[in-house]
Amino acid sequence: MTALRRLGSALVAPALAVVVAVVITAVVILLIGENPSTALRVLLDFGDTPAQQTQAIVVILNRAVPLFLSGLAVAVAFRMGLFNIGVEGQYRMATVLAAGAGAAVALPGPLHVLLIIVVAMAVGALWAGIVAVLKVTRGVSEVISSIMLNFIALGTASWLLTGPLRGSEEGAAIITTTDIPESGRFPDLNGLFDVVGLAQPRSGLYGFLLVAVVVGVAVAVVLTRTRFGFDLRATGMSPSAATASGVDARRMVIKTMLISGGIAGLIGLPDLLGDTHHFGTEFTAGLGFLGIAVALLGRGSPTGIAFAALLFAFLDRAAVPLQFADIPASVVTIIQGTIVLAVVIANELARQLTRRRAERGSGQGGPPTDDGTSAGPGGPVGTRITDDRQEAGA
Amino acid sequence: MAEGPAGAHVPAAGDAGGDAPYAVELRGITKRFPGVVANRDIELRVRRGEVHAIVGENGAGKSTLMKTLYGMHRPDEGTILLDGRETTLRSPADAIAAGIGMVHQHFMLADNFTVLENVVLGSEPTRGGRLDRTEARRRIGEISQRYALGLDPDVLVEELGVGDRQRVEIAKVLYRGATTLILDEPTAVLVPQEVDELFGNLAELTREGLTVIFISHKLDEVRKVADSITVIRRGTTVGSADPRTTTARQLAEMMVGSELPSPQTRTSTVRETPVLELRGVTVASLGGRPAVDGVDLTVHEGEVVGIAGVEGNGQAELVDAIMGLRPLAGGVVVLGGEEITGWSTRARRESGMGFIPEDRHRQGMLLDAPLWENRILGHQTRPPAVKGPFIDRRAARADTERIMGEYDVRAPGPDTPAVALSGGNQQKLIVGREMSASPRLLVAAHPTRGVDVGAQAAIWELLNAARADGLGILLISADLDELISLSDTLHVMLRGRLVATLDPAAVTPEQLGGHMTGASVGAAGAA
Amino acid sequence: MSTVTTAATSASNRGPLTELFLGGGTARRITWGLVGLMLLMSVVRIVSGEQALTSSSTFATALLLAVPIGLAALGGLFSERAGVVNIGLEGMMILGTWGGGYAGYQWGWVGAIVGGVLFGAAGGLVHAIATVTFGVDHVVSGVAINILAGGIVRFLSELVYAGSDVGGGVTQSPALSSRPPSFSLPVLSDGPDLLGDLAGREWFLVSDIAGLLRGMTSGVGVLTLIAILLVPLSYLVLWRTAFGLRLRSCGENPAAADSLGVPVYRMKYIAVVISGGLAGLGGVALVFVANIYKEGQTGGRGFIGLAALIFGNWRPGGLAAGAGLFGFADGLQLRSRTAVVALLLLLAVLLLAVAVFQTVRGKYVQAVLAAAFAALSLVGFLTIEELPTGIVSFTPHLITLLVLSLASQRLRMPKADGLVYRRGEH
Repeated sequence: MTALRRLGSALVAPALAVVVAVVITAVVILLIGENPSTALRVLLDFGDTPAQQTQAIVVILNRAVPLFLSGLAVAVAFRMGLFNIGVEGQYRMATVLAAGAGAAVALPGPLHVLLIIVVAMAVGALWAGIVAVLKVTRGVSEVISSIMLNFIALGTASWLLTGPLRGSEEGAAIITTTDIPESGRFPDLNGLFDVVGLAQPRSGLYGFLLVAVVVGVAVAVVLTRTRFGFDLRATGMSPSAATASGVDARRMVIKTMLISGGIAGLIGLPDLLGDTHHFGTEFTAGLGFLGIAVALLGRGSPTGIAFAALLFAFLDRAAVPLQFADIPASVVTIIQGTIVLAVVIANELARQLTRRRAERGSGQGGPPTDDGTSAGPGGPVGTRITDDRQEAGA
Repeated sequence: MAEGPAGAHVPAAGDAGGDAPYAVELRGITKRFPGVVANRDIELRVRRGEVHAIVGENGAGKSTLMKTLYGMHRPDEGTILLDGRETTLRSPADAIAAGIGMVHQHFMLADNFTVLENVVLGSEPTRGGRLDRTEARRRIGEISQRYALGLDPDVLVEELGVGDRQRVEIAKVLYRGATTLILDEPTAVLVPQEVDELFGNLAELTREGLTVIFISHKLDEVRKVADSITVIRRGTTVGSADPRTTTARQLAEMMVGSELPSPQTRTSTVRETPVLELRGVTVASLGGRPAVDGVDLTVHEGEVVGIAGVEGNGQAELVDAIMGLRPLAGGVVVLGGEEITGWSTRARRESGMGFIPEDRHRQGMLLDAPLWENRILGHQTRPPAVKGPFIDRRAARADTERIMGEYDVRAPGPDTPAVALSGGNQQKLIVGREMSASPRLLVAAHPTRGVDVGAQAAIWELLNAARADGLGILLISADLDELISLSDTLHVMLRGRLVATLDPAAVTPEQLGGHMTGASVGAAGAA
Repeated sequence: MSTVTTAATSASNRGPLTELFLGGGTARRITWGLVGLMLLMSVVRIVSGEQALTSSSTFATALLLAVPIGLAALGGLFSERAGVVNIGLEGMMILGTWGGGYAGYQWGWVGAIVGGVLFGAAGGLVHAIATVTFGVDHVVSGVAINILAGGIVRFLSELVYAGSDVGGGVTQSPALSSRPPSFSLPVLSDGPDLLGDLAGREWFLVSDIAGLLRGMTSGVGVLTLIAILLVPLSYLVLWRTAFGLRLRSCGENPAAADSLGVPVYRMKYIAVVISGGLAGLGGVALVFVANIYKEGQTGGRGFIGLAALIFGNWRPGGLAAGAGLFGFADGLQLRSRTAVVALLLLLAVLLLAVAVFQTVRGKYVQAVLAAAFAALSLVGFLTIEELPTGIVSFTPHLITLLVLSLASQRLRMPKADGLVYRRGEH
């Protein structure tokens, strides 16, 4: 199969899912008596002046960066066969502690930022590590423990925010941590616009975009081009084959969750370092679950996740303008949710189809044999005396 | 009708003992699948109230035959007569309605349910919508009493041993009114005392007038319990036998056929240096008896050591123990003079152990991955596929192409997903990959299972060539052709122990069959 | 013959007192356990002076908050007993709150119940289609439903309430047109209110029990009664009917069930739709408390319900106990935050008992650990004035995590829970 055909067949499922989601949303919009094409027009309307247009691009990119990181964190665990639903809690803990650490010290510029990043990654990794250890030592399902830890993170972050790390005065409506000083802020990339010849937008394009790209490339390289990545993917594809090839399953679980948590720790940093400079009650929530959606849509590969993150960010940006067109902003959430469901269904159908086609193509599917496998094509089976053993105690 | 050896009796059609019609009669049953004829012109006659055994090899067509009898598929030709009446069975429900009950080899029981719940599921007695446990208990008690099954309806199945679970399966079938029971390999997982209990149960059943059809390979047991025996080989009936007048050896001969391939004469390539030594290797199992029991074994350089035996006698556990996938309960494994008993699988592989697993789909390959990634599997830490911590994709693909050429793996290219290849080509790739790492020892478990004849011959060639180069091979197989033509030394494994060491050039089919099934006089470890 | 005598001698080896407490089967042991707990709570109340610990209003609030959790847990029970993991309970509860609000403001409290159940069941249907027919991974489907539910209810609110003149808005519905009735015991909890009087006297043990009883019997809403009745009803349906046996078999060994003619796909559909309906009913309970639908009402209670299910080892009695426990923690911290600190004293005493028990059994490592944590709790009780809301908020989740870590090997999940069952592949 040529590379182009392979790319094509990989895109079919997500593309189909998006189409289905769009159709369903169009129907929903019709039901409320509005015109779906209005919604489309709003989605594609980036504004009249060049400044507005670049502003729109900046908003989309800024929104996409944390989504991308979230998708990466989830995908790394996915590829190994684990479900990291705890991304939500991991990035919350990481961000509040990183904000606290960043506000508490004063270091020269790049070092300060580096400290914040390191703290965030370490906290995220540790929070995820709890899940891994519980799974490996006590056999606790990572799904339930992650969800519980999400809530514990929520409560702990809230306590830290209103207690030890509090930065606002008493009685403030919005509580935040102390602001991070100048040296701990990530410069924006608006200089690029001048270089390319576009107008200056209102907000700053997150410099963290570069870090995210580096992380994405690193994840891609590790997954596809290193021994560790091979072991990881093999475990996700077939745990029994991986074990037979020498992979230590329990160590793999721990390593994977630590990496996934470490990446998750970065999710809050684009906003923290480039915009708000503190963690507060208003900090973006829900990125963990959206990360799951993005990872599924992107089929677990960093390039796919990048596109999926851009798509979701693109939809998110349209929330406010849609309201001006009398279309409720929740339409966006519905599209996103429908995409997730459509994608997993499409992925599942695609997987079953390719399996069946491949099996048929090789001519497998002969008469049943005593051990339950297909006898395969070919002539008479040789002289054998066999006897199927059943596990003692079944 | 095929001729059988002396002692075999091939009845003519319609010859029932007395004037009662046969409980089950199959005439000329034929069943075809794409590319292969699974059953050809099968004849079977089972009298009411008798225990009738069907013996035959794996791949002889027993499975297909049983599915036909249980209504899971329709035969292409032939007729089924139940109690003298021609019947068509369109589904298992039809078979159940006709009084046929199947006790599967792999039990279908819910561990967390009680015996009562498992037996009545799907046919529960109810009273006003509520499950009538009293009635259920009464009926089960009745069945248990009548057929001496000794079942306590309120025990959780999880707590039951294998023998008791089998009796629950029998009760399930009797509860639904079966008058003819089919038991598929029932003694496969039982220890001798449990086997005796089962035979007691079967005697009760037939005393009450039920008919039992019994599929097995264990010839000594079959002779003990069956009233008559039908032998099937290569899809057709070889003949039927009377256990009272036929010896186990004669039966083995009928099953295996009296021709065995004569091994090609070849010069011995066995060298002095041992490459693998097993001393007292013991592996525990969930039941009482250890799966591998004190095995001593040596493989020299340039030697193929074959292990013959009916599947399920500890071979899989032995392989797992050698590869480091299962811990030892006792004993020592030595590779090339170094003790490796505590080593991880990866360490063993890195030090020169190659592995061709029994179930390639589960342990040997990543089906959805391309061939070049499958080339790397098992060798992720060594060149040429690997350069430092990175995977050298180009080198891996190039090497995959080389393997495809040398080992005649037929596939479009190294990017083809493994699932698209036929079994034979998949296996050739695995053999090529393992050989390419220049191992000192190759553990090959059923290396040509599910592989077409052409690929099989090719793989045998490869193994022979590698052996001549000094590779030590441990070959576990159920294919007697393979064992005899490849092995320099041949052991027989039975119930976890090596019970015999034979010379492949001189062994006869009866000897081999006898040792494998424990029917030989003086076979060690037969209990 | 000899076995009989040895049994007799082993029984008489225990003193009569030990026999009284430890013998006689599980029911008796549980009763004694509850009595002991009550005694302990009473002691802690007197020592710490926190009257709110066992006051009638605390127990009443606890009951009120336990209902939605318990209903969600029951929903999880049906689904998981049939082998389908339902992470989407939260989303189905959200749908139930919206449906309850929407039907409630138009047709009163009865309409609210019907509307909530229907909306929740619709969510369950989507989950069933994805997991049973399409074979999607259960957890993924649940997460997707949670995301979708949030969007849908906001969308529907904008559609129906925003800009209209019925009242309500984008994040809430108009008030329910009728409140559901509530009941109290005539003499004991109402009117002369004997129990309330007794509870107020602050007498050892007697007032605590009176507080418990009054909390459970005054102003009890009709939905609370329904929820309480559903617990034994679920037990009867699942363990005493043929339908229940078949449903549970799908969660234990679907291949075996299939081979015996049980319609596995159909049973799973039914179970998951019931699951959604029950979660929806839990949402209605929340609407009744606030008398309107409000966005975000569920506050993660769907997940807590799942936790209660696991805590209860997938049995109705157990999950009711779990819901009660989590409801109590929730209610206590609403009534009086200082009283929560008193729980630390309770914890210290319990851990001390565990330490003693482990020492007797010869397990010194566990005994030392338990004693250490007991000391820690005691210190905490003595030094902390009041626990911050953030920390208290995750008490149920922390308890679940602890139970799971300690008892994961003893908990018995339905054997085929989470298995994507495809006919013919097993």
